[in-house]
Amino acid sequence: MTPYVVLSAIVFSIGVVGVLTRRNALVVFMCVELMLNASNLALVAFAKQNGNLDGQIAAFFVMVVAAAEVVVGLAIIMTIFRTRRSASVDDASLLKY
Amino acid sequence: MFVLAEGVTAPVVHPGSADGVLSLVWLVIALPALGAAVLLVGAPLAKGRLDRSGHLIGAALPVVSFLVSLVMFFSLLGRGSGSRQVSQHLFTWFEVGGLHVGFDLLYDPLSALFLLLITGVGSLIHIYSIGYMEHDARRRRFFGYLNLFVAAMLALVLSANYLGLFLGWEGVGLASYLLIGFWQYKPSAAAAAKKAFIVNRVGDIGLSLGIGLFFVTFGTTDFSTISAAAPRASEGTMTALGLLLLLAACGKSAQVPLQSWLLDAMEGPTPVSALIHAATMVTAGVYLIVRSNFIFDYAPHARTVVVIVATVTLLYGAIIGCAKDDIKKALAGSTMSQIGYMMLGAGLGIAGYPFAIFHLLTHGFFKANMFLGAGSVMHGMDDDVDMRHYGTLRKAMPVTFITFAMGYLAIIGFPGFSGFWSKDRIIEVALTQNWLVGALAMVGAGITGFYMTRLMLMTFFTENRWKDGLHPHESPSVMTVPLMVLAALSALGGLMLAGNWIVDFLSPVTGDPAHENPPLPSLVISLIVVLIVGVGVATAWFLVGKRDVPREAPQDVSFATRAARAELYGNEINDGLVVGPGGRLVGGLTTMDRHGVDGVVEGGALAIGGVGSVLRRAQNGFVRSYALSVLLGALLVVLALLAVNAA
Repeated sequence: MTPYVVLSAIVFSIGVVGVLTRRNALVVFMCVELMLNASNLALVAFAKQNGNLDGQIAAFFVMVVAAAEVVVGLAIIMTIFRTRRSASVDDASLLKY
Repeated sequence: MFVLAEGVTAPVVHPGSADGVLSLVWLVIALPALGAAVLLVGAPLAKGRLDRSGHLIGAALPVVSFLVSLVMFFSLLGRGSGSRQVSQHLFTWFEVGGLHVGFDLLYDPLSALFLLLITGVGSLIHIYSIGYMEHDARRRRFFGYLNLFVAAMLALVLSANYLGLFLGWEGVGLASYLLIGFWQYKPSAAAAAKKAFIVNRVGDIGLSLGIGLFFVTFGTTDFSTISAAAPRASEGTMTALGLLLLLAACGKSAQVPLQSWLLDAMEGPTPVSALIHAATMVTAGVYLIVRSNFIFDYAPHARTVVVIVATVTLLYGAIIGCAKDDIKKALAGSTMSQIGYMMLGAGLGIAGYPFAIFHLLTHGFFKANMFLGAGSVMHGMDDDVDMRHYGTLRKAMPVTFITFAMGYLAIIGFPGFSGFWSKDRIIEVALTQNWLVGALAMVGAGITGFYMTRLMLMTFFTENRWKDGLHPHESPSVMTVPLMVLAALSALGGLMLAGNWIVDFLSPVTGDPAHENPPLPSLVISLIVVLIVGVGVATAWFLVGKRDVPREAPQDVSFATRAARAELYGNEINDGLVVGPGGRLVGGLTTMDRHGVDGVVEGGALAIGGVGSVLRRAQNGFVRSYALSVLLGALLVVLALLAVNAA
């Protein structure tokens, strides 16, 4: 059981670091997907440990939500890219004081 | 001081019902009140049509009141001396809790005499004002205010309880303010009006607290109930009531320490000075004390304080009168001093009350006479009040001179005139009880002789010091006829004492005095007083009459003269003790409000704004920093959960 959870933690951390440090919006998105998949892994591991299917059902929910979120997010990124010609996260910083 | 003899109680106010012609007593107040309402409220609505005839209405109504008062007085005389107190219930003013206050009128010998004085002298002054205020554009208002004053003063003396008296008390204070400041465009007049009202207010604290104490002690403010319950009240309460009433009387009657407003009040037109600040309003304090005899008779310590205040004031006013060159201010100082005599009489207890009232009446005659005479002189001298610009007026204005002389002889106590009888009686009663007070009263009579002779000499005798081009002439008969009536009263007013009439007339109200013999025979006392007055007159003759009177007031004079000119530094004392600290207190409170209270409110807002401007730097627009803060927050939540679960 433990190796799966450790793996999940490692992948989650990689995803967090990627969100915090990468400049390209698409890469940030991919890292978000990484975090989601890491939590999926943890859910399935704990489901196997408990012997019921609750965790696996939850993992399904997470996948559906991730898919929907990707649709919306990619649409936003494409719109920004069309008007600003840049996919850098740092460039979209107008909402400040 | 004088204590009630064993078994003697102050008379109880026990009025019967007002019937017959006495039931018209409400009319006496209603007529001038109607005049005031018509002239002040109704006339502007009539769009100026009353401006030409308003003064005639205003002058006629007090005359009718006087006739009604006269008829009622004769009816009262017709009754036996035991049934001369009547009351009339007009309406219930208010009823709250256990306090039931009605607007009741009490007509008895004391109020009868006051009614005659107020309406009689008041009518003469109204008639005089027709001539004096002839060229004033706001004449209608003047008569409206005069009528308001007469109505309020009548309400004061006719009320059967202290609350109605207070209503009249405040009413005359208001009328005084309106009339002193009648010439509104003069800043000095406006300031004098404010000063009079504010100093009066200090005295009113005494009356307000007194009314509260009456309610607490007796459950009512009616004279009849209180006078019946007075013998059983504690002496401490009675002394407190006496002192509070004395404070009120000091304010209204310009006694030390509340005397500073009277000389400034001379800014008003001369008929106002004659009516309000000589004959009637300033005597309201004396009325209050005599009417409250059932309080003072049981509070000997309060009476001692009254005597002290009175003696101080009678000398204070006399000293001020010696150095004033303004004829009206000299007469005002004289008024202060004479009211001191009346208060002295009132403070001497049952033996003194009738003589205090007697002196009040004679003073009303001769002081109103002299003020109206001064107005006549001013009328001829183009409204100049400085006596240093007068001189030799006895030839230019003979009628004014003769009538003024009657008042002069009365006030100095020339034998036979009214003032001689009234002042000597007060001195006699004073000597009987305390030789020092009596001696000081005699000294005051001497000083009175001095300054009144100085006034007469500077105005009517000495050399001609008129301004160039001035031709003084006698005043019109609408002004001189009232002067003649008042002069006759000044000369003959002493008849009220014939056969001890006034003492017997007032004794149902003030009580029967225990017969104490004066230390010297009455004739000897009168002789001594006449001699002292003669010394005063002679001093004035040598210092003022025989020398040349300078046209400008000399500056290098003795300290006493400078002090008297500065009214014995009364205004400076008030400034130092009250006005200065009061101003500083208000300044401190304003600063505390502006910087303290407002500071806290605005400071709080500023602080929050400051914190906000620091915190908003976190909104830097960078998504990655936002993500970092989300991570940190999530971390905090996890740690908190771990901590809680472990604990």
